[in-house]
Amino acid sequence: MQITTDAIIVAQWGSFALNATIAFTWAVMAILTIGSWLITLRISDTEKLSRWQNLLEVVVVGMRDQIRSVSHQAPRQFLPFVGTLFLFVATSNLLAVVPGFKPPTGSLSTTAALALCVLIAVPLYGIMERGVLGYLRKYVQPTIFMLPFNVIGEFSRTIALAIRLYGNVMSGTVIVAILIGITPFFFPIVMQLLGLLTGLIQAYIFAILAMVYIASAMQPNAGEEETEHNDALQQ
Amino acid sequence: MDNLGLIGAVSIFTAGLTIAIGSIGPALGEARAAAQALAAIAQQPDEANTITRTLFVSLAMIESTAIYCFVVSMILIFANPFWAHFS
Repeated sequence: MQITTDAIIVAQWGSFALNATIAFTWAVMAILTIGSWLITLRISDTEKLSRWQNLLEVVVVGMRDQIRSVSHQAPRQFLPFVGTLFLFVATSNLLAVVPGFKPPTGSLSTTAALALCVLIAVPLYGIMERGVLGYLRKYVQPTIFMLPFNVIGEFSRTIALAIRLYGNVMSGTVIVAILIGITPFFFPIVMQLLGLLTGLIQAYIFAILAMVYIASAMQPNAGEEETEHNDALQQ
Repeated sequence: MDNLGLIGAVSIFTAGLTIAIGSIGPALGEARAAAQALAAIAQQPDEANTITRTLFVSLAMIESTAIYCFVVSMILIFANPFWAHFS
Protein backbone atom coordinates (compact mmCIF):
# COMPACT_ATOMS: atom_id res chain seq x y z
CA MET A 1 0.00 0.00 0.00
CA GLN A 2 1.37 3.40 -1.01
CA ILE A 3 0.27 6.47 0.89
CA THR A 4 2.29 8.78 -1.35
CA THR A 5 2.91 8.81 -5.08
CA ASP A 6 6.46 10.03 -4.50
CA ALA A 7 7.71 6.48 -4.00
CA ILE A 8 6.55 5.28 -7.43
CA ILE A 9 9.33 5.62 -10.00
CA VAL A 10 8.05 5.75 -13.57
CA ALA A 11 11.35 6.35 -15.36
CA GLN A 12 15.01 6.46 -14.50
CA TRP A 13 17.95 7.98 -16.37
CA GLY A 14 21.16 7.26 -14.53
CA SER A 15 20.85 8.81 -11.09
CA PHE A 16 17.93 10.99 -12.14
CA ALA A 17 14.65 9.32 -11.20
CA LEU A 18 11.29 10.61 -12.37
CA ASN A 19 8.61 9.80 -9.82
CA ALA A 20 4.91 9.51 -10.49
CA THR A 21 4.08 12.82 -8.78
CA ILE A 22 6.22 14.86 -11.16
CA ALA A 23 5.17 12.88 -14.22
CA PHE A 24 1.46 13.28 -13.53
CA THR A 25 1.95 16.94 -12.59
CA TRP A 26 3.46 17.43 -16.04
CA ALA A 27 0.54 15.54 -17.55
CA VAL A 28 -1.99 17.81 -15.85
CA MET A 29 -0.01 20.89 -16.86
CA ALA A 30 0.14 19.67 -20.46
CA ILE A 31 -3.59 18.93 -20.54
CA LEU A 32 -4.44 22.37 -19.18
CA THR A 33 -2.02 24.31 -21.37
CA ILE A 34 -2.50 22.46 -24.64
CA GLY A 35 -6.25 22.25 -24.09
CA SER A 36 -6.60 25.98 -23.50
CA TRP A 37 -4.25 26.75 -26.40
CA LEU A 38 -6.20 24.53 -28.81
CA ILE A 39 -9.52 26.00 -27.71
CA THR A 40 -8.40 29.62 -27.94
CA LEU A 41 -6.92 29.07 -31.42
CA ARG A 42 -10.33 29.43 -33.00
CA ILE A 43 -11.85 31.88 -30.57
CA SER A 44 -14.87 33.82 -31.78
CA ASP A 45 -16.56 36.90 -30.44
CA THR A 46 -19.76 36.39 -32.41
CA GLU A 47 -22.82 34.67 -31.04
CA LYS A 48 -21.85 31.39 -32.64
CA LEU A 49 -19.12 29.77 -30.59
CA SER A 50 -17.74 26.29 -30.29
CA ARG A 51 -18.79 24.13 -27.37
CA TRP A 52 -15.26 24.10 -25.96
CA GLN A 53 -15.07 27.85 -25.97
CA ASN A 54 -18.41 27.84 -24.21
CA LEU A 55 -16.96 25.53 -21.54
CA LEU A 56 -13.95 27.76 -20.98
CA GLU A 57 -16.13 30.85 -20.76
CA VAL A 58 -18.40 29.19 -18.20
CA VAL A 59 -15.39 28.16 -16.10
CA VAL A 60 -13.70 31.55 -16.24
CA VAL A 61 -16.90 33.51 -15.61
CA GLY A 62 -17.76 31.22 -12.70
CA MET A 63 -14.33 31.73 -11.15
CA ARG A 64 -14.62 35.50 -11.59
CA ASP A 65 -18.02 35.55 -9.91
CA GLN A 66 -16.83 33.47 -6.97
CA ILE A 67 -13.72 35.63 -6.50
CA ARG A 68 -15.79 38.79 -6.67
CA SER A 69 -18.30 37.56 -4.11
CA VAL A 70 -15.59 36.42 -1.69
CA SER A 71 -13.21 39.37 -1.96
CA HIS A 72 -15.69 42.17 -2.79
CA GLN A 73 -13.08 43.49 -5.22
CA ALA A 74 -12.46 43.37 -8.94
CA PRO A 75 -11.44 39.78 -9.77
CA ARG A 76 -8.95 40.79 -12.45
CA GLN A 77 -5.83 40.83 -10.27
CA PHE A 78 -6.64 37.57 -8.43
CA LEU A 79 -7.88 35.48 -11.32
CA PRO A 80 -4.45 34.40 -12.67
CA PHE A 81 -3.30 33.05 -9.29
CA VAL A 82 -6.47 31.75 -7.66
CA GLY A 83 -7.91 30.50 -10.93
CA THR A 84 -4.75 28.57 -11.73
CA LEU A 85 -4.76 26.96 -8.28
CA PHE A 86 -8.37 25.91 -8.75
CA LEU A 87 -7.92 24.59 -12.29
CA PHE A 88 -4.80 22.60 -11.41
CA VAL A 89 -6.22 21.02 -8.26
CA ALA A 90 -9.61 20.36 -9.85
CA THR A 91 -8.12 18.77 -12.96
CA SER A 92 -5.80 16.50 -11.04
CA ASN A 93 -8.56 15.48 -8.61
CA LEU A 94 -11.09 14.81 -11.36
CA LEU A 95 -8.63 12.79 -13.44
CA ALA A 96 -8.32 10.40 -10.47
CA VAL A 97 -11.12 8.33 -12.00
CA VAL A 98 -8.96 7.61 -15.05
CA PRO A 99 -7.42 4.15 -14.49
CA GLY A 100 -3.69 4.35 -13.91
CA PHE A 101 -3.74 8.04 -13.15
CA LYS A 102 -2.36 8.82 -9.71
CA PRO A 103 -3.49 12.32 -8.72
CA PRO A 104 -0.42 14.46 -7.99
CA THR A 105 -2.39 16.20 -5.24
CA GLY A 106 -2.30 12.88 -3.39
CA SER A 107 1.33 13.63 -2.55
CA LEU A 108 2.32 15.94 0.26
CA SER A 109 5.07 17.45 -1.95
CA THR A 110 2.58 18.88 -4.45
CA THR A 111 0.16 20.24 -1.89
CA ALA A 112 3.00 21.69 0.18
CA ALA A 113 4.29 23.45 -2.95
CA LEU A 114 0.84 24.87 -3.68
CA ALA A 115 0.43 25.99 -0.06
CA LEU A 116 3.87 27.64 -0.18
CA CYS A 117 2.70 29.58 -3.24
CA VAL A 118 -0.23 30.84 -1.16
CA LEU A 119 2.09 31.65 1.75
CA ILE A 120 4.19 33.84 -0.55
CA ALA A 121 1.28 35.33 -2.47
CA VAL A 122 -0.52 36.60 0.64
CA PRO A 123 2.16 39.15 1.69
CA LEU A 124 2.80 40.05 -1.96
CA TYR A 125 -0.82 41.04 -2.55
CA GLY A 126 -0.97 42.68 0.89
CA ILE A 127 2.12 44.80 0.24
CA MET A 128 0.96 45.71 -3.27
CA GLU A 129 -2.29 46.99 -1.84
CA ARG A 130 -1.23 48.68 1.38
CA GLY A 131 2.53 49.12 1.35
CA VAL A 132 5.11 47.35 3.50
CA LEU A 133 4.33 49.17 6.75
CA GLY A 134 0.60 48.94 6.27
CA TYR A 135 0.88 45.21 5.74
CA LEU A 136 3.26 44.61 8.65
CA ARG A 137 0.96 46.58 10.95
CA LYS A 138 -1.50 43.74 10.45
CA TYR A 139 0.68 41.53 12.64
CA VAL A 140 0.52 43.80 15.67
CA GLN A 141 -3.27 43.99 15.63
CA PRO A 142 -4.94 44.32 18.11
CA THR A 143 -1.89 44.61 20.38
CA ILE A 144 1.84 43.97 20.05
CA PHE A 145 1.46 40.87 22.23
CA MET A 146 -0.44 39.15 19.45
CA LEU A 147 2.60 39.27 17.16
CA PRO A 148 3.84 35.70 17.85
CA PHE A 149 0.36 34.26 17.52
CA ASN A 150 -0.24 36.07 14.24
CA VAL A 151 3.04 34.73 12.87
CA ILE A 152 2.29 31.21 14.08
CA GLY A 153 -1.17 31.45 12.59
CA GLU A 154 0.31 32.40 9.23
CA PHE A 155 2.36 29.20 9.13
CA SER A 156 -0.14 26.85 10.74
CA ARG A 157 -2.84 27.75 8.23
CA THR A 158 -0.40 27.07 5.42
CA ILE A 159 0.37 23.64 6.87
CA ALA A 160 -3.35 23.04 7.35
CA LEU A 161 -3.97 24.00 3.71
CA ALA A 162 -1.41 21.46 2.52
CA ILE A 163 -2.42 18.60 4.83
CA ARG A 164 -6.14 19.10 4.16
CA LEU A 165 -5.85 18.69 0.42
CA TYR A 166 -3.32 15.86 0.71
CA GLY A 167 -5.38 14.01 3.33
CA ASN A 168 -8.59 14.23 1.35
CA VAL A 169 -7.14 13.03 -1.94
CA MET A 170 -4.95 10.38 -0.30
CA SER A 171 -7.84 9.07 1.78
CA GLY A 172 -9.91 8.69 -1.38
CA THR A 173 -7.27 6.60 -3.13
CA VAL A 174 -6.47 4.53 -0.02
CA ILE A 175 -10.14 3.76 0.67
CA VAL A 176 -10.69 2.69 -2.94
CA ALA A 177 -7.60 0.48 -2.77
CA ILE A 178 -8.78 -1.16 0.46
CA LEU A 179 -12.32 -1.67 -0.87
CA ILE A 180 -11.03 -3.30 -4.05
CA GLY A 181 -9.39 -5.83 -1.76
CA ILE A 182 -12.51 -6.72 0.24
CA THR A 183 -15.60 -5.91 -1.87
CA PRO A 184 -14.60 -5.66 -5.54
CA PHE A 185 -16.60 -4.16 -8.44
CA PHE A 186 -19.43 -2.17 -6.86
CA PHE A 187 -18.38 -0.32 -3.74
CA PRO A 188 -15.08 1.00 -5.12
CA ILE A 189 -17.06 2.70 -7.91
CA VAL A 190 -19.37 4.37 -5.40
CA MET A 191 -16.37 5.59 -3.46
CA GLN A 192 -14.80 6.84 -6.70
CA LEU A 193 -17.95 8.85 -7.38
CA LEU A 194 -17.79 10.26 -3.88
CA GLY A 195 -14.12 11.01 -4.57
CA LEU A 196 -15.13 13.09 -7.62
CA LEU A 197 -17.42 15.20 -5.44
CA THR A 198 -14.86 15.57 -2.64
CA GLY A 199 -12.11 16.34 -5.12
CA LEU A 200 -14.05 19.17 -6.73
CA ILE A 201 -15.11 20.57 -3.35
CA GLN A 202 -11.55 20.42 -2.07
CA ALA A 203 -10.29 22.24 -5.17
CA TYR A 204 -12.95 24.88 -4.59
CA ILE A 205 -12.06 25.13 -0.89
CA PHE A 206 -8.35 25.42 -1.64
CA ALA A 207 -8.90 28.30 -4.05
CA ILE A 208 -11.49 30.01 -1.84
CA LEU A 209 -9.26 29.77 1.24
CA ALA A 210 -6.33 31.20 -0.73
CA MET A 211 -8.64 34.01 -1.84
CA VAL A 212 -9.86 34.60 1.72
CA TYR A 213 -6.30 34.76 3.05
CA ILE A 214 -5.28 37.20 0.32
CA ALA A 215 -8.39 39.33 0.85
CA SER A 216 -7.80 39.45 4.59
CA ALA A 217 -4.23 40.63 4.01
CA MET A 218 -5.54 43.38 1.73
CA GLN A 219 -8.43 44.66 3.76
CA PRO A 220 -8.00 47.74 5.96
CA ASN A 221 -7.16 47.33 9.64
CA ALA A 222 -9.75 47.32 12.38
CA GLY A 223 -10.98 50.83 13.05
CA GLU A 224 -10.85 51.61 9.36
CA GLU A 225 -13.45 50.22 7.02
CA GLU A 226 -14.16 46.54 7.69
CA THR A 227 -15.95 43.81 5.74
CA GLU A 228 -17.62 41.39 8.07
CA HIS A 229 -17.98 38.73 5.43
CA ASN A 230 -14.30 37.92 5.20
CA ASP A 231 -14.01 37.80 8.96
CA ALA A 232 -16.78 35.25 9.16
CA LEU A 233 -15.12 33.12 6.50
CA GLN A 234 -11.77 33.32 8.22
CA GLN A 235 -12.82 31.70 11.49
CA MET B 1 7.15 -9.85 22.89
CA ASP B 2 10.14 -8.21 21.26
CA ASN B 3 10.40 -4.53 20.46
CA LEU B 4 9.19 -4.86 16.88
CA GLY B 5 6.04 -6.75 17.81
CA LEU B 6 5.32 -4.31 20.60
CA ILE B 7 5.67 -1.36 18.24
CA GLY B 8 3.39 -3.04 15.71
CA ALA B 9 0.70 -3.81 18.27
CA VAL B 10 0.79 -0.35 19.82
CA SER B 11 0.82 1.36 16.40
CA ILE B 12 -2.22 -0.52 15.14
CA PHE B 13 -4.10 0.01 18.39
CA THR B 14 -3.26 3.70 18.43
CA ALA B 15 -4.19 4.11 14.76
CA GLY B 16 -7.66 2.73 15.46
CA LEU B 17 -8.01 4.87 18.56
CA THR B 18 -6.85 7.97 16.68
CA ILE B 19 -9.39 7.73 13.89
CA ALA B 20 -12.17 6.63 16.28
CA ILE B 21 -11.81 9.49 18.73
CA GLY B 22 -10.71 11.94 16.07
CA SER B 23 -13.85 11.48 14.00
CA ILE B 24 -16.30 12.04 16.87
CA GLY B 25 -15.60 15.74 17.27
CA PRO B 26 -15.73 16.72 13.58
CA ALA B 27 -18.89 14.61 13.10
CA LEU B 28 -20.70 16.49 15.86
CA GLY B 29 -19.32 19.80 14.63
CA GLU B 30 -20.32 19.19 11.01
CA ALA B 31 -23.79 18.12 12.08
CA ARG B 32 -24.21 21.35 14.04
CA ALA B 33 -22.90 23.46 11.16
CA ALA B 34 -25.18 21.77 8.61
CA ALA B 35 -28.23 22.03 10.86
CA GLN B 36 -27.60 25.71 11.49
CA ALA B 37 -27.06 26.37 7.79
CA LEU B 38 -30.30 24.58 6.89
CA ALA B 39 -32.18 26.62 9.46
CA ALA B 40 -30.61 29.79 8.07
CA ILE B 41 -31.56 28.83 4.50
CA ALA B 42 -35.12 28.10 5.64
CA GLN B 43 -35.31 31.55 7.17
CA GLN B 44 -33.60 33.41 4.34
CA PRO B 45 -33.88 31.49 1.07
CA ASP B 46 -32.54 34.51 -0.84
CA GLU B 47 -29.18 34.18 0.88
CA ALA B 48 -28.88 30.48 0.02
CA ASN B 49 -25.85 31.06 -2.23
CA THR B 50 -23.79 32.85 0.39
CA ILE B 51 -24.84 30.44 3.13
CA THR B 52 -24.01 27.41 1.03
CA ARG B 53 -20.59 28.73 0.11
CA THR B 54 -19.77 29.62 3.70
CA LEU B 55 -21.10 26.23 4.79
CA PHE B 56 -18.83 24.37 2.37
CA VAL B 57 -15.77 26.32 3.45
CA SER B 58 -16.51 25.82 7.13
CA LEU B 59 -17.32 22.13 6.62
CA ALA B 60 -13.95 21.65 4.98
CA MET B 61 -12.22 23.42 7.84
CA ILE B 62 -14.08 21.36 10.46
CA GLU B 63 -13.40 18.21 8.52
CA SER B 64 -9.69 18.91 8.40
CA THR B 65 -9.33 17.86 12.06
CA ALA B 66 -10.66 14.43 11.11
CA ILE B 67 -8.34 14.42 8.10
CA TYR B 68 -5.35 15.16 10.33
CA CYS B 69 -6.29 12.18 12.50
CA PHE B 70 -6.63 10.05 9.38
CA VAL B 71 -3.21 11.11 8.12
CA VAL B 72 -1.68 10.33 11.51
CA SER B 73 -3.24 6.88 11.63
CA MET B 74 -2.13 6.19 8.02
CA ILE B 75 1.41 7.20 8.98
CA LEU B 76 1.23 4.92 12.03
CA ILE B 77 0.22 1.94 9.92
CA PHE B 78 1.96 2.39 6.57
CA ALA B 79 4.85 4.77 7.19
CA ASN B 80 5.73 4.20 10.82
CA PRO B 81 9.07 5.92 11.46
CA PHE B 82 9.91 3.51 14.29
CA TRP B 83 9.89 0.42 12.09
CA ALA B 84 13.18 1.31 10.46
CA HIS B 85 14.62 2.30 13.83
CA PHE B 86 14.29 -1.14 15.37
CA SER B 87 14.27 -3.56 12.44
